[in-house]
Amino acid sequence: MQIIPCPYCGVEAEETELTYGHEAHLKRVGPDSDAADFEAYMFTRKNPKGVHFERWRHSNGCGKWFLAARHTVTLEVFGTYPAQTTEPPAELVEKIKAKCPEWKGWK
Amino acid sequence: MSTRLATGGRLIDRSKSLTFTFDGKPMRGFQGDTLAAALLAGGQVLLGRSFKYHRPRGLLASGAEEPNALVNLGRNARQEPDQRVTMTELFDGLEASSQNRWPSLAFDIGAINDKLYKMFPAGFYYKTFMISLGAWAKVFEPVIRRAAGLGNAAKEADPDRYEQAYAFCDVLVAGGGVAGLAAALSEGRAGKRVILMEMTAHWGGRAPVDGGLIDGLSPDDWIAKTLAELRTLPNVRLMERTMVAGMHLHGSIIAYERVADHTPGDGRPRHRLWRVRPGITINAAGATERPLAFAGNDVPGVMLASAVRDYIVNWAVSPGDRVVVVANNDDAYRTALAVLDAGLSVPAVIDARDNVTGVLPMQVKARGVRILEGRGIARVLGRTGVTGVAICAQAGEGGVIETLPCDCVAMSGGWSPNVHLWSHVGGKLSWDADAALFRPDATRPPTGRDGGPIAASVGAANGLLTLDAIAAEAGMSAEVEPEAPLAPVWIMPAGATQALRYKSFLDFQNDVKVSDVELAAREGYTSVEHTKRYTTLGMASDQGKSSNINGLAILSDALGQTIPETGTTTFRPPYNPISFGAMAGEARGELFQPRRRTAMQDWHEAQHYHWEPVGFWRRPYCYPKAGESHRDAVNREIVNTRTNVGVLDASTLGKILVKGPDAGKFLDMMYTNMMSTLPVGKCRYGLMCNENGFLSDDGVVVRLSEDSWLCHTTSGGADRIHAHMEDWLQCEWWDWKVWTANLTEQYAQIAVVGPKARKVLEALGGMDVSKAALPFMGWAEGTLAGLPVRVYRISFSGELSYEIAVPANMGAALWDKVIAAGKAFGMMPYGTEALHVMRAEKGFIMIGDETDGTVIPQDLGLGWAISKKKADYIGKRAQQRSFMVAPDRWQLVGLETLDGSVLPDGAYATAEGFNANGQRNTQGRVTSSYYSPTLKKGIAMGLVPNGPARMGEVLEFPAGDKLFRARIVDPCFYDKEGEKSDV
Repeated sequence: MQIIPCPYCGVEAEETELTYGHEAHLKRVGPDSDAADFEAYMFTRKNPKGVHFERWRHSNGCGKWFLAARHTVTLEVFGTYPAQTTEPPAELVEKIKAKCPEWKGWK
Repeated sequence: MSTRLATGGRLIDRSKSLTFTFDGKPMRGFQGDTLAAALLAGGQVLLGRSFKYHRPRGLLASGAEEPNALVNLGRNARQEPDQRVTMTELFDGLEASSQNRWPSLAFDIGAINDKLYKMFPAGFYYKTFMISLGAWAKVFEPVIRRAAGLGNAAKEADPDRYEQAYAFCDVLVAGGGVAGLAAALSEGRAGKRVILMEMTAHWGGRAPVDGGLIDGLSPDDWIAKTLAELRTLPNVRLMERTMVAGMHLHGSIIAYERVADHTPGDGRPRHRLWRVRPGITINAAGATERPLAFAGNDVPGVMLASAVRDYIVNWAVSPGDRVVVVANNDDAYRTALAVLDAGLSVPAVIDARDNVTGVLPMQVKARGVRILEGRGIARVLGRTGVTGVAICAQAGEGGVIETLPCDCVAMSGGWSPNVHLWSHVGGKLSWDADAALFRPDATRPPTGRDGGPIAASVGAANGLLTLDAIAAEAGMSAEVEPEAPLAPVWIMPAGATQALRYKSFLDFQNDVKVSDVELAAREGYTSVEHTKRYTTLGMASDQGKSSNINGLAILSDALGQTIPETGTTTFRPPYNPISFGAMAGEARGELFQPRRRTAMQDWHEAQHYHWEPVGFWRRPYCYPKAGESHRDAVNREIVNTRTNVGVLDASTLGKILVKGPDAGKFLDMMYTNMMSTLPVGKCRYGLMCNENGFLSDDGVVVRLSEDSWLCHTTSGGADRIHAHMEDWLQCEWWDWKVWTANLTEQYAQIAVVGPKARKVLEALGGMDVSKAALPFMGWAEGTLAGLPVRVYRISFSGELSYEIAVPANMGAALWDKVIAAGKAFGMMPYGTEALHVMRAEKGFIMIGDETDGTVIPQDLGLGWAISKKKADYIGKRAQQRSFMVAPDRWQLVGLETLDGSVLPDGAYATAEGFNANGQRNTQGRVTSSYYSPTLKKGIAMGLVPNGPARMGEVLEFPAGDKLFRARIVDPCFYDKEGEKSDV
């Protein structure tokens, strides 16, 4: 069972305390937008074999949504950070780059 | 003939005799016996019938890898199939019976399959699918179901108790042999929190049987000394009878403690499932001896060489009087020595190697035993027990050179490290060609959450197969006979004819032979994972323990590639089967899941209510009177509510408070309709969609004050909708000043419904509930019967209706007062079924009935609840897609059968023609269907393509052998003008 730390309450939470919530840093596409843009937002989600930025909710804990950078093959958790941001913290990006030289960035 | 030896047996206590039965036959054993040892001591060599061919089978092994000797233990509710006799500690009164045989173990009709082996090749099961679907259903499936499979499960509830527990440590050591004990001692001395788990009831692993000296001490003495020191360390916990079943993500461990299997009825839980969070797990699980593949290697009496000496040394049981040893390595000669030491005879050692000069072979030779070099077994003689072996040249095709009478064959194909734990979450292996084994590759360990290693390997599990190597790794010294290299031998003889390959078993448990793996390769199965599934090699509880490497080697040979090129199949937990009881733990019966109780639950239960599960609640479905059927009760409750007054416990309704300067703006995004303009003091029915446009929840929203709204959700939807709101607030509009709180359990809610509802509230007294003071879709705060209440004029039934909210701790008191006040007006409580029927009579939708995640509000005639003024709401963009506005979408209609009968819920309306799969085309389906006691006929709602434009049309709904005809009508069957609720 995976352990992912909650950046709000500091609990080293087991998966059973958490709810997964798809890709992080999506930009919402609203009414009257281009169909292709809406499709990309709604359905075309990243599914990398490697570093993934994703949303988790500490649903059986403090209730907060947070974001995590996790490797989908090794399941290494590089870091977690609050959801109230539009991009990952720079130091986290640097840490992942150092660990995964082949990584092409979070965008 | 197997029997108990007069002396010896390091694990048995001859002063404590135990009785047990096998297939009803009384037998005796000693304290310390496994069931396997006791059966063998009693001369019981034949123990079961094989899975597919019903071949007679006996013990292969002495430990966890035993594939054959699975028996049924206990009886009635405690009956448990497929128990390994080698892992079952004997206790007084144990009852065991053999499996997969009829009418008896000695004479089994199913053994005809063995004669028909050519009809049951690899993939036989799958090939039956290819013939025809009808043949599968009528011929093959019933026959296979009867013939295959092993034991039968108990039909009654398990009377035993099971537990689950958590543990945390720095180091978990899996396996209590020399390597595991040494690792635990080293880590324990270093002050680490250590848990050492040993699967069996004994410490020390193989060393006491295999011999040698550790730091100058005999294995038994070294083990005793090491245990003594470990027991003085407060930071070390020793757990016997506890198997590390598997390693899971991020290094979490599941372990299985067989607390009281050997002491049934002593009051302790039978099994305990442990979830352990170690810093690192050290795999010290040892190694498993490999069988050799020769014809008849499954005849009872053919055993692993290590098992033969285990039975002799540990339990003083001789598996036979004349034991032929057949091997490709020096280690097996220890068995010859053990047999000789027990005073039994070794007619010969058959060694596949050409030049046998090792120290152990020379010791055996010195005791007068023939060593047949470069030889193999052509076939085993005997059927239900070994009577001899036919010997051939290993290099040949199986031409018989001589036959030797014997009653036991001890075989050894070398050893495979038990790498399961290392591999469960992705630790990689490397092939050691010299030792012919896969060993853990320490440079590619399984990794955890920080990317670091979560496992290490020591001892035989690390590929170190000799005591001196194991000791050296642990920083100790050992003296043991040196061993010459083994010869990789995967089939015996090397050029065995097809006839021999048909009888050379690789996987005893699943009846997979050399010929099956070769056939799979010829049929194009080049991936080892596919071959595993096609042939069933290494499946079920074997999990590759005894079969893996031999099967891989045969497949590699057939494919013309090396073993590392073929690779291994995935090792999956658990290492050995664990009980369902342990997995369930205490989550059964009353403790299966949490139960939510409304403030009025005690009252409902006192009425002998009939309940239905709604989320974690048990809501009253109806309140039958003595002798009344559920259906009659429901009809009575409806009629009484519509003519007098009814009362409903509506407490389970979700209640989410949304508050803050931006709450109105936020709710305009959450709901399809406008909530920001709802005046204080008013209620409004609202719809919530997901971002994909589909209807997800509905309920009445109440404007409490300038900056606060109370959102009612469906009973099952409160947590989900609260999470949905928080998702958008925290992740999208985190700068909006809005707070939410799920108040569902803070309030009890009582619906007083019916023409006389106002009279009931007036009788309670305390506030003005007149139409003028409290109009339809309004609310007011005040007191009723002296209790502080908030009263909403909302209606889900179409009647005059008051929903009264009160703090939950006053819910029971208010309910009692409502019930008392209602008596004068003929009030009766009603349940969820009456609620459902009444809402259907009104044509009100129910989330989950009329919606299924593909329905948008516009499909349900709820376009009026979608704001045209708002620039945005969750789901708006999705609803603009072309197919969301297409006229042929399935849309809500009422359905009325021509004869007044009740349509089957979920029935489909047929259309002309057939689809590509040969099924009738459809044009709609029934989403809700009830008998309406108000209208005295069946009523239904359904979704029909372009339905609202097809009023009056008659659709056909076949169901079983009946055909229902129903006319499309308006979904509102009762009080279309809504006059009754607005009085």
